[in-house]
Amino acid sequence: MSGHSSYVPKSGFERWLDARLPIIRLAHDSAVSYPVPRNLNYMWTFGGILVFMLVAQIITGVVLAMHYTANSLLAFNSVEHIMRDVNYGWMLRYLHANGASMFFIAVYMHIFRGIYYGSYKAPREVLWILGVVIFLLMMATAFMGYVLPWGQMSFWGATVITNLFSALPVIGEVIVSYLWGGYSVDNPTLNRFFSLHYLLPFMIFGVVILHVWALHHVGQNNPTGVEVKNVQKDTVPFTPYATIKDVLGMVVFMIVFGWFVFYQPNFMGHADNYIPANPAATPAHIVPEWYFLPFYAILRAIPDKLGGVLAMGGAIVILAFLPWLDTSKVKSMSYRPIARQLFWVWVIVCIGLGYLGAMPPEGGYVIASQIFTVLYFGFFVALFVVGLFERPKALPTSIADAVLASAKGGSAVRMAGAATAEPNVKG
Amino acid sequence: MAHATDTKSGTRRDFLLLATGAAGAVAAGSIVVPLISQLAPDQQTIAAGAPVDVDLAPIAEGQAIKIFWRGKPIFVRHRTKKEIDEALAVDVATLRDPQTDQQRTKAGHEPILVVFGNCTHLGCIPLGTAPGEPKGDFDGWFCPCHGSHYDSSGRIRKGPAPLNLPVPPYAFTSDTKIKIG
Repeated sequence: MSGHSSYVPKSGFERWLDARLPIIRLAHDSAVSYPVPRNLNYMWTFGGILVFMLVAQIITGVVLAMHYTANSLLAFNSVEHIMRDVNYGWMLRYLHANGASMFFIAVYMHIFRGIYYGSYKAPREVLWILGVVIFLLMMATAFMGYVLPWGQMSFWGATVITNLFSALPVIGEVIVSYLWGGYSVDNPTLNRFFSLHYLLPFMIFGVVILHVWALHHVGQNNPTGVEVKNVQKDTVPFTPYATIKDVLGMVVFMIVFGWFVFYQPNFMGHADNYIPANPAATPAHIVPEWYFLPFYAILRAIPDKLGGVLAMGGAIVILAFLPWLDTSKVKSMSYRPIARQLFWVWVIVCIGLGYLGAMPPEGGYVIASQIFTVLYFGFFVALFVVGLFERPKALPTSIADAVLASAKGGSAVRMAGAATAEPNVKG
Repeated sequence: MAHATDTKSGTRRDFLLLATGAAGAVAAGSIVVPLISQLAPDQQTIAAGAPVDVDLAPIAEGQAIKIFWRGKPIFVRHRTKKEIDEALAVDVATLRDPQTDQQRTKAGHEPILVVFGNCTHLGCIPLGTAPGEPKGDFDGWFCPCHGSHYDSSGRIRKGPAPLNLPVPPYAFTSDTKIKIG
């Protein structure tokens, strides 16, 4: 999609640098002149929001690491030291802790958007799979970060999650012992989790670069799912159009983020984590952070330990296979009457699983979790089947046509003379 | 071989390529081993995980204690006659994880039950060791996390846990002393 570079060095220094390291050209081509579909809606701002969140988490995290002590005897108090003694420590910690939740809110919106508009379909399969890899790395990072304060939820969450690996036959016990560095979750576990928690965000950053590279190679999807046919008509330059839209999305997102940080900083946490870790007493109700709850519900829905672990892992890994599970050629579910309904049912199922994951695994909750687990996986089966017979609605012939049709009152009229009717918006 | 070309096989160049590759693979492997091995429990942790002695004399009939070995809680329980009889009366075939009470205790020391104190479901610590704690429906332990009931032999009877509370390796060193590990 990217055409010839339109970068023109403006000064002698820029010409000198451009001949040696064309880094300004790269930035110009990727973030200024890069053509984006002109019909992107606000769901497309979450990519930029996610970059912002990653950078914010790295900055606050690096600062917190200057005051934190990764030792099972000192960790809890060092976090309280950050909260009480370090200048603005309370704010930095709340930014980092709530930032993790906001990061997941944004990534879930980003994933739902990708599924609704078929952003995983050819030629974006590799782009999509890189996204699933980032999601997995995010989950590992968030889990290990939650262990670091060494409170009761940290300790018992780490115990429960690392014990999942013991379900694997033969090698399970060895893997768990190598994860722990001992016979139970203890100081060696805390030390290695801190090391990895610091490392993984930079690995995420690396995969994000690949993700953006793949995105800029194939071009962005858009709400119609129709590929760009005419760069002049169908796209606008990234700057100022996408830049300003992304910034507005980010600012609105930051208002919500700020509200949590300054008014409800512990809303998404657990009170039990303000009790120091105690290997002799389990909190009455162990639950993971909210963003793991749907997967936790799937884990507990299966009455078999190994089966539960495999179903939970499968619930994430199945996303990577979505490009081949969905048999329809039509990308956007706006034009797929049946798939669109399946999608919204699936969104409700995901939220329902999140609710069930927070409930005690007894009686009706277990049965509901089992039904919802079947529905969760059933969505992917249904996408496979529906794609074979579904009659999609008529697709617009181009992005420009779709934009102009909706500008004229959203009628289904497909204008042949769209080119002549196009307003002159190019700068 | 003065005019060896790239298309011929079995040349000295092929040999050098294979030998260099093999040496490189060995070198890479020799650095991977320490990198993985350092993840395992270190010598200090292993030393701290040496067997521990437990004196049973202070545990009166009907009481239980909780000790730690290798960072994991272990319940040592001095069972009453009623509790032993209940454990023996169970039809083993009906159990989720079939084990007789004899398999879980030492002959001649039936009143003493030694089990790991982590629920086999997701690792919580069941209640029923300290006086006054609920012992579940089967006079054993009750896990408050997800509602597993263990009987007076530490066997799973009700709830989501898949297995009985495991019996750690231990031996009687005298009538009132055991060595765990």
